Amino acid sequence: MRNNDLINAEDSRSDIERQIAHRNKKNKRFKGVVIGATIISTLPLLFILFYIFRQGISAINWHFLTNLPKPVGEAGGGVANALVGSILILLVSCIIAIPIGIVIGIYLSEESKSKLAYYCRLAVDVLQGIPSIVIGIIIYEWIVRPVGGFSAFSGSLALALMMLPSIVKSTEETLKLLPESLKEASLALGVPYYKTMMKIIVPTGLGGILTGVILSIARVIGETAPLLFTAFGSPFMTTDIFKPMSSLPLIIFNYATSPYEDWHQLAWGASMLLILMILILNIISKIVQRKWKVQF
Amino acid sequence: MESAILKVRNFNAFFGESHILKNINLDIDKNNVWAIMGPSGCGKTTFIRCINRMHELTPNATTSGSMQLNGEEVYEMNPVLLRRKVGMVFQRPNPFPTMSIYDNVIAGYILNGIKLSKQQKDEIVETSLKRAALWMEVRSTLHKKGTFLSGGQQQRLCIARALSMNPEMLLLDEATSALDPVSTSKIEELIHELKAEYTILMVTHNMQQAARVSDKTAFFYLGEIIEADNTKTIFTNPKHEKTQDYIRGHFG
Repeated sequence: MRNNDLINAEDSRSDIERQIAHRNKKNKRFKGVVIGATIISTLPLLFILFYIFRQGISAINWHFLTNLPKPVGEAGGGVANALVGSILILLVSCIIAIPIGIVIGIYLSEESKSKLAYYCRLAVDVLQGIPSIVIGIIIYEWIVRPVGGFSAFSGSLALALMMLPSIVKSTEETLKLLPESLKEASLALGVPYYKTMMKIIVPTGLGGILTGVILSIARVIGETAPLLFTAFGSPFMTTDIFKPMSSLPLIIFNYATSPYEDWHQLAWGASMLLILMILILNIISKIVQRKWKVQF
Repeated sequence: MESAILKVRNFNAFFGESHILKNINLDIDKNNVWAIMGPSGCGKTTFIRCINRMHELTPNATTSGSMQLNGEEVYEMNPVLLRRKVGMVFQRPNPFPTMSIYDNVIAGYILNGIKLSKQQKDEIVETSLKRAALWMEVRSTLHKKGTFLSGGQQQRLCIARALSMNPEMLLLDEATSALDPVSTSKIEELIHELKAEYTILMVTHNMQQAARVSDKTAFFYLGEIIEADNTKTIFTNPKHEKTQDYIRGHFG
């Protein structure tokens, strides 16, 4: 039996045409399968988003955003303190993680063959794989227990540890892609090495670095486990980072595990808020990528 | 030879174990254009990168012998100060992509933290761009990004950037090899004009170019200077057989 896909020299014209039609059909079928599989695997994601939005949209209003949580039994109540807490905790972790991450990234891209770089890269990879709850416990052991109390700052430390790997990676990858000629141009002008790095190399790669930073924020914004052991949560509005503080994931955890129906509603609202924030961060990262793209 | 701006004596350069430059001796006179010629891998680029110590960016690079710029030993100077006196233009145009044309020209001042008034800046930008024969083309778009220019314009921008620091010497590392013929001829004209104020060393693969623009030519082969003389002599009456073969296109 001859293979349908082969064209031989002695084939007649109609034979060849039939075989080509057969191939085209096969191509179409394959394309159909790929598109179908993509749609099927995207559907669960869309369902999750749809469900959260349907559940959460009724909870979200101005009152929800600007009020503190109410005790059990009282109607209403909001997540103002959790929203402020989330933003504050993230802000502090950015202040800790961004400079350290960028510096490590610069080192790895500059001295990529050194021994220290090898071990550093290994450490960063392992850090990326550490479960968030383990990071929470470590910070609890190292900071919370010795200091003698939960604090938003320790939560920020835990989140900063989680942000670090992706900031390091994105900085390293971005800077590695920059042409060597850029550095040479600056050095040949008599610009010292540190200024070349800080004023030419890092600004040129800023788009990529910022994208990594934003995506790392989006990654940790919903982390609950490390905050349970560190920031702990608080029913009050507080801006003192050395006191326990509430945050959106914590409030979701507390409300969703409670037995009260109206608290469940608040948890859905907070979930939707969180997802909106992640969506916005992702959109910002796309815009940064496009706008700050450097042309050579 | 009182006017020699650069004196090279028994100069050797190594990358790790491999001996790249062997016993180089050369006197570069002020306001001359020197062409450095030779087949690929003969050490031309290494030689000019040794002059502003850019070869030190390569790990394991070492040198021996003496190289003096205006009587000062190059390898005892601070590389940062040295590079301000010796400008360099690279094979591929490399303007700073985050900076405007204006900022690119005075990048050497901005990055080195030298404070200038607005008027001084304008002046430096204008004279440097005029010297690099780019002023007429970009004077209305000074605040656009330098990377929007064409390749030839970018290269002249890089020349302007190097000139803005008022270097004593200008090194061109195959500066026209990535450019089209029109841009190349513009830069060659430019080299002619710049000769009045600067000493220029250019590495080139293009023999016609060396013959057209240089006063003197050094022929490198396997890390040695085979012959260094007036360009005219090298091209019409080379003393060494290797030079003759190279110029006639027998190898290269």
